[in-house]
Amino acid sequence: MTDKIKKATRHTNQNEGLIFEKSSPGKRAFELPPLDVPAADAAKSLGPNERREGVEGFPEVSEIEVIRHFTRLSTWNYAIDLGMYPLGSCTMKYNPRVNEFVARLDGIATEHPYQPQELSQGCLKILQLLEKCLLEVTGMDSVTLQPAAGAQGELTGLLLIRAYHEKNGNPRKKVLIPDSAHGTNPATAVIAGYEVENIKSESHGQIDVDKLRDLVTTDVAALMITNPSTLGIFEERIPEIAKILHDKGALLYMDGANMNALTGITRPGDLGVDVMHLNLHKTFSTPHGGGGPGAGPVAMKKILEPFRPVPILVEKEGGRLALEQMRPDSIGRVKAFSGNFGVLVRALAYILAYGPGVRQATEDAVLNANYIRKHLEGVFDLPYSLPSMHEVVFSDAIQKKNGVNTMDIAKRLIDYGFHPYTTAFPLIVPGALMIEPTESESREECDLFIDAMRSIAEEAATNPELVKTAPHTTRVRRLDEVGAARKPILRWKPQASRPEAAD
Amino acid sequence: MAYPANYRYTKEHEWVDVKGDAAAIGITDYAQHELGDVVFVELPKVGSKIEVGKTFGTVESVKAVSDIYAPASGEVVEANDVLHNTPEKINTDPHGAGWLIKVRLANPAEISGLMDAAAYEAYIASQSKEASA
Amino acid sequence: MRYLPKSPAERQDMLAAIGAKSIEELFSSIPERYRLREALDLPGPLSETEVIEFFKARGAENSGGYTSFLGAGVYNHLRSVVTDAIIQRGEFLTSYTPYQAEITQGTLQAIFEFQTLMCQLTGQEVANASMYDGSTATTEAVLMAERLTGRSRILVARSVHPEYRDVLKTYAKNSGLHVEEIGYGANGTLDQKALPAALKDDVAAVVVQSPNFFGVIESLAPLADAAHASGALLVTTITEGVSLGLVRPPAEADIVAMEAQSFGLAPSYGGPFAGVVASRDKFVRQMPGRLAGQTTDSEGHRGFVLTLATREQHIRREKATSNICTNQALCALAATVHLTLLGKEGLREMAHQNLSKAQFALAELEKIAGVRRAFEAPFFNEFTIELPRSVKIVNAYLLREKIIGPFVLGTSYPELTKHALVCVTETTTRAEIERFAAALRRALEQPL
Repeated sequence: MTDKIKKATRHTNQNEGLIFEKSSPGKRAFELPPLDVPAADAAKSLGPNERREGVEGFPEVSEIEVIRHFTRLSTWNYAIDLGMYPLGSCTMKYNPRVNEFVARLDGIATEHPYQPQELSQGCLKILQLLEKCLLEVTGMDSVTLQPAAGAQGELTGLLLIRAYHEKNGNPRKKVLIPDSAHGTNPATAVIAGYEVENIKSESHGQIDVDKLRDLVTTDVAALMITNPSTLGIFEERIPEIAKILHDKGALLYMDGANMNALTGITRPGDLGVDVMHLNLHKTFSTPHGGGGPGAGPVAMKKILEPFRPVPILVEKEGGRLALEQMRPDSIGRVKAFSGNFGVLVRALAYILAYGPGVRQATEDAVLNANYIRKHLEGVFDLPYSLPSMHEVVFSDAIQKKNGVNTMDIAKRLIDYGFHPYTTAFPLIVPGALMIEPTESESREECDLFIDAMRSIAEEAATNPELVKTAPHTTRVRRLDEVGAARKPILRWKPQASRPEAAD
Repeated sequence: MAYPANYRYTKEHEWVDVKGDAAAIGITDYAQHELGDVVFVELPKVGSKIEVGKTFGTVESVKAVSDIYAPASGEVVEANDVLHNTPEKINTDPHGAGWLIKVRLANPAEISGLMDAAAYEAYIASQSKEASA
Repeated sequence: MRYLPKSPAERQDMLAAIGAKSIEELFSSIPERYRLREALDLPGPLSETEVIEFFKARGAENSGGYTSFLGAGVYNHLRSVVTDAIIQRGEFLTSYTPYQAEITQGTLQAIFEFQTLMCQLTGQEVANASMYDGSTATTEAVLMAERLTGRSRILVARSVHPEYRDVLKTYAKNSGLHVEEIGYGANGTLDQKALPAALKDDVAAVVVQSPNFFGVIESLAPLADAAHASGALLVTTITEGVSLGLVRPPAEADIVAMEAQSFGLAPSYGGPFAGVVASRDKFVRQMPGRLAGQTTDSEGHRGFVLTLATREQHIRREKATSNICTNQALCALAATVHLTLLGKEGLREMAHQNLSKAQFALAELEKIAGVRRAFEAPFFNEFTIELPRSVKIVNAYLLREKIIGPFVLGTSYPELTKHALVCVTETTTRAEIERFAAALRRALEQPL
């Protein structure tokens, strides 16, 4: 025993150690049924050189300790289930519990990707119905459910574009990306073998169509556009933008991260988009789970269909479904097996719950964003004043005069019981506050958020230090990120685990 | 922090201290201030060549990466390896102990195109004005 | 609609507050002629009960009632109900990527524990917070080797999972990588005789899987020596993580790519799983994906943050080490809880049961006339057998006896049409193994 008090309580100051620090030899939390065959001699079966005695340092704890440990950790997290999570561009909406339930059903969670297809018709029907639904939502001709997340969807989309141009004799060199784009867009373009050329937005935050006309040459493979843009503004001239590209043989890629603003209202396929990805963990309510898993299906026009990644779902005679592994023009395989199937199940459950009524979700999301905008305009600086769709981007220009920046305001929001909005993005707005309430917030919750933001603005003017040192109510205060990066400690080690002097 | 009068400066905020055909190169106090706490530096190997106007390394803070551009061409004769364990020297003493590399200049005449301390101070004054506008 | 928390009157009030006459007005920036006039043609709406009925009906159209001997990268292992209870807590399930450290310490500390467990398992010094799956982790490990060596030729063993090799080729095509395959020898391991000639000075990495796709364990030390002698790195892929409870970790490898599905994740028709990249401390700046690090807060308490983020796409954009953003965090949490439950003893025992049952199964199958063990190298819970006739025909017969037969190696290896990859885990009972052996005997007795 040490002389320090280590008791963990429900209080936010509780101090739960690492699981490794609770370990004591001989404890265990899981027992297997007894072995019903002769025990193998590992040294003999594997050879003395390949055998291991057991994993050094692995935890040895009981079941109740495991439950308590992770339950305590969970209480240190903020979550949608606790309150509004207005992270712009992340679409943190309610994750229906029934989705979790059906993804775990026997016959769904238990299926092996290599089992015979005649014993997988249920799985394949789920994939087929989801494909149909996503085509209806996007107005596209064809879709692949393979990509594991948005960034992999982007890559798949760009590889489709590349394959299409190659088939026409020239893969082309460049991909155009607006300066307001997500960071994944340029990172992805490079993996697809393209140079990135950035396009500046015009003064209203829209794509500068005249400049675009000059930039689009026969060297340009595609433009990657986010619509609504990361400013939450609809690109009104998107059909014209599509035409400029198409006239030069280039294609239009749409980052579908913001489909929560469009679903049921308009369809990218009708707007001239050639290929796009969807983030099922945003628009279609599958849980973020602290960073994943997601799924990033890619929908496309007919011209790109021959290049879809394998496996490809087909309907045979008599309605039997099958996955085909070979297609002559396919870009190949982007992920093992059949996509993030469990995530696809959840997305379909969401769509089935709404049906055509999904339009109401979009309307409510846009209503909430505009309601918040209306009540915070003037309190916070609104750098781009075109109509907002599902999110609104303010800047910290007013508060900055008192030395309070967007990060400070975000941290202070925690003290008011909210998760912060997205800070410092999009990059074209210095000191951005990017707020996306989603449809899952009631009027009451929106009002509480507005009150909190107004109150923080008041504090920034009268007591800036209070805001700059926030949060004040969390278990830990602002953390030393500089120290973490200078001398990285990325794993527990027995010696390094001694309680710190400062603790 | 004062900008040493005997150094020369670039628009990308590097300084160079020339003695004959030998030169030390670092980033300026203004640059370290803009970047914030430096957590990592990537420097070229001794014996490698750097070329005027091209990048030869990076300086990182927690949330930004900044390329460093060569103020002149030459061969690297020494890299400040101390910075690997104590990158904060770039913040605390950017014009001294926080130097990055020493080079043998290929063409010392390249230096004449750079700013002196007074010109550089005027340059950064105009930069900050632009930023706050 | 049950998910939407507004009454019609509240909607009207909010519109009035905004100063809009109708909801249509809020969509005025979308050109009129592109706005949908009719509702989307989607199935539903369904009540919760109907949603459950729909998926139960689909589940009933799958493999219920069959016994399976499939592995090949996706394994059936025991899973405690505790794991699901933990990961379904809303605080974990409905939380975002932990960018706001003060209110995501739960996720961050769990990632730190995951990274530690992965290091302990693989014998490496640093592991990331997850990749999409084993296939993309392998590809990312190769791209990392390319950055570290500045070289572009990749030697991949043919005994690496065929789908993993496919994914690598898809990514390599436009990254200037040249992928070359190395065959396997008579005992099922990488053909070491072919290695010296292939190891030219432009080779960035040698990629092997262990246990490999045929189930046999590769001897890594000589491969590492050969690779290092020519300035290349050794990348090792692991699809069956449970093996690490009993098999020596790939400590000689420079980069390890692992699939963590075996740690508490359901087969789920192929995903979501969790990939891992682990490596040496000195290579950490070239790692892909997120990393959680330990630090202190302004009052000196221990806390955790995402760190070394300058490698990632949201900061370094086109120069990032990878384009990955969303990863498989909740799956990594499931693996963390599962491995904590198993603990040192549980994992060792689970691994030992796998080995014992696989040994037993092989012995039972070898009793059947014409069935032969194909590769002599040691194996863990999968092994390759050679049959006197086509595996496809045999499997068709087994299906009639409610058995999903072993993986047909001929689909990926044209020279192995009579070879089958049998997988047996701790979930396979002795009775099932004996029933399989008896059915296989009958299958082989069928007239052709």
